[in-house]
Amino acid sequence: MPRVVLSGNEAVAVGVKLSRVNVVAAYPITPQTTIVEKIADYVEQGELKARFINVESEHSAMAACIGAAAGGARCFTATSSQGLLYMGEMVYWAGGARLPIVMAVVNRALAPPWSIWCDHNDALSLRDAGWIQMWAESVQEVLDMMVLAYKVAENERVLLPVMVNLDGFLLSHAYEPVEVPTQETVDLFLPEKRPAPYWIDVVDPKSYGTIASPDTYMEFRFKLQAAMDEAARVIEEVDAEWSRMTGRSYGGLLELYKCEDAEVGLVVVGSWAGDAKEAIDRLREKGVRAGVIRLRVTRPFPSRSLASVAESMDAVAVVDRSLSPGLPSVLLSEVRNALYDNGKKPYVKGFIAGLGGRDVTPLDFEAAVESTLKAKEDGGSRVEWLGLKGGRDVC
Amino acid sequence: MSVKSLPKEEYWLPGHAACSGCPASLGLRMLGKALGGRFALVVPAGCTTVIQGTFPRTPSRVPILNIAFAASAAAASGLKAAFEVRNLDVPVVVWAGDGGTVDIGLQALSGAAERGEDILYICYDNEAYQNTGIQRSGATPIGAWTTTTPFGKRERRKEAPLIVAAHRVPYVATASVAYPLDFVEKVKKAASKRGFKYIHLHAPCPTGWRFPPSKTIEVGKAAVETGMWVLYEVENGLLKLTGRSTGLWDPAKRKPLEDYLKLQGRFAHLFKPENRWMLEELKKHVDENWSRIRATLERGGRLF
Amino acid sequence: MSNLPLTAIAYPAKGSAGRTGLWRTERPVINYERCVKCLICWLYCPEPAVVRRGDDSVEIDYDYCKGCGICANECPAKAITMVEEVS
Repeated sequence: MPRVVLSGNEAVAVGVKLSRVNVVAAYPITPQTTIVEKIADYVEQGELKARFINVESEHSAMAACIGAAAGGARCFTATSSQGLLYMGEMVYWAGGARLPIVMAVVNRALAPPWSIWCDHNDALSLRDAGWIQMWAESVQEVLDMMVLAYKVAENERVLLPVMVNLDGFLLSHAYEPVEVPTQETVDLFLPEKRPAPYWIDVVDPKSYGTIASPDTYMEFRFKLQAAMDEAARVIEEVDAEWSRMTGRSYGGLLELYKCEDAEVGLVVVGSWAGDAKEAIDRLREKGVRAGVIRLRVTRPFPSRSLASVAESMDAVAVVDRSLSPGLPSVLLSEVRNALYDNGKKPYVKGFIAGLGGRDVTPLDFEAAVESTLKAKEDGGSRVEWLGLKGGRDVC
Repeated sequence: MSVKSLPKEEYWLPGHAACSGCPASLGLRMLGKALGGRFALVVPAGCTTVIQGTFPRTPSRVPILNIAFAASAAAASGLKAAFEVRNLDVPVVVWAGDGGTVDIGLQALSGAAERGEDILYICYDNEAYQNTGIQRSGATPIGAWTTTTPFGKRERRKEAPLIVAAHRVPYVATASVAYPLDFVEKVKKAASKRGFKYIHLHAPCPTGWRFPPSKTIEVGKAAVETGMWVLYEVENGLLKLTGRSTGLWDPAKRKPLEDYLKLQGRFAHLFKPENRWMLEELKKHVDENWSRIRATLERGGRLF
Repeated sequence: MSNLPLTAIAYPAKGSAGRTGLWRTERPVINYERCVKCLICWLYCPEPAVVRRGDDSVEIDYDYCKGCGICANECPAKAITMVEEVS
């Protein structure tokens, strides 16, 4: 396999090319722009045989993808932050319509105040839209995840759109050497032929997305829920298949780092997992048996796998890069909910960190783990804001 | 084209949920005949969402992609792109109401027109948000009663066909359900052209305009004969009056506006002495519209 | 449940809103002696509930005709009368 240096955004574009996407519709927003610039270049050069629709908004970008997917094309869009929110209505539409669209979201904070830097609130705000949500840690994973996303989305047991999340700048603009799978490998993995129950067809005309009365609406929603449950299994299967073909496996829904004997777990999402792992190594040097649980997928939420990993741990620290004002922490709530039904429950403490691109270092993760262990003993605060200047005096 | 030459085949099946005397339903029926049933429809929120009825049945024998209110022109762009990559030569037609076109859908419409998407966009204009209960839209004419303009709308309507024409698209036309053959011919002409095509179809709504459902056609004809609605085409930037509107730039040939207004309950208040000014404003609007058309025709029809 | 499609995908059928003929308060009745087979009623029927026969004569599909009366209003030969429905 050829080894090249790519940025996260370039890896998305390469993934789109390798997946032989037919229709791309996108609108520029920082820090997503270099994805669509690269794809536009591929299309213009004839390296990717696709129609690039330069839409006038993100709402239209997703609307065009919905039209294209309903018409039988493999399609793609990418956005960030405000763009994702502006697109929001159509994001829900794609989920409800069960269309296997793949979208890269280059995670960026929401305004006001204006911020172009990373946090996860953009994607978190659309967690109920019926989209599978995947999160990459490295440029290599971004590339692989793009291809895997189509494979999962188009699986007949799934038929759901997939959001591939990559941290703005931290990953989108970070350059790493990457193994690029060959086109033959991807073609074998991701066949051009795909299920067509949703395709618009003049020979067998149907009306898509008509009104469902209270008599059927709930059943359609139940099917969506069931598809998510199925997606959890398919993601594991697809990861295993990719591993057989390329030698690279990411562990499906969760990536576990040094968790076998861990007494304390650190739950994270996204690119800062690298810093979290470094923190764990330092803690282990200090004699703390700690491990990282990286959620690669947050929808479907990996409740069962998470519960079974955390079962043997005494404490879990959850570091959340998003905020639901009025709720201590979104990720904390979801993790704690996953563990609640288990017989043996670890102590769980949440952290809000890195909002609007605030720098978070391995030292911060180390502190989070230590603070969690301390709180377990002396019962301190269950949620802490990491690196908040002036502490609560900020108010 | 004659009535008898219209295809017998129906692509819009009876027994649907449209109101009695519904112009949108008639328009859809004619659209099916014009294109011989071989096309795909994109329908945003509006009366036509409801007219289709509830799952699992639809009156449409052509495929429909239902989509959110603001999204039809963009969704149609994507659908057409998919057909192109699949080498399917199937026309894509947007069927949107005036709210979905001149208000909430205007951005996507403008984007698709500017990109020159190979789609036909038809706005069926019943001059208000009829589906949600007759609220005023950017296409409601000055003076008209709606549930959100209980004393009559104060502002003039937007000239959506001219807004689209300003994008220099190959074909823009207005039509009326009262002149179905003219509409069918315009649809056929539009479908024969590549690029973005736009037809704005006047659709008198008995429910919202407050007239008996038997008078849908009568009201539509009166709109054209009085000059309130104008039938025209803009081909490559050149404006031309068509059908019954031909020659109506001469005010002497137009019927009095009252012949149109008095057919409808939504204009009844205009005939009260205290609302005289509103009637005058409406007449002024119609006259100015025609002066502009006349001036355009006198310079050879060149709009852009 | 298992026979439901992925989402609300509807198939073409007459009577998607039921037997809409039941909405009628007046029914159109054709006087065939006056009918000149001009097809204006067929042209303007929004439903469509005016059936065009092979010889261009017409009949009303009372299962679905909503009784709007456009046909009677537009008939140039005055061959259609609206008659009150009585149950």
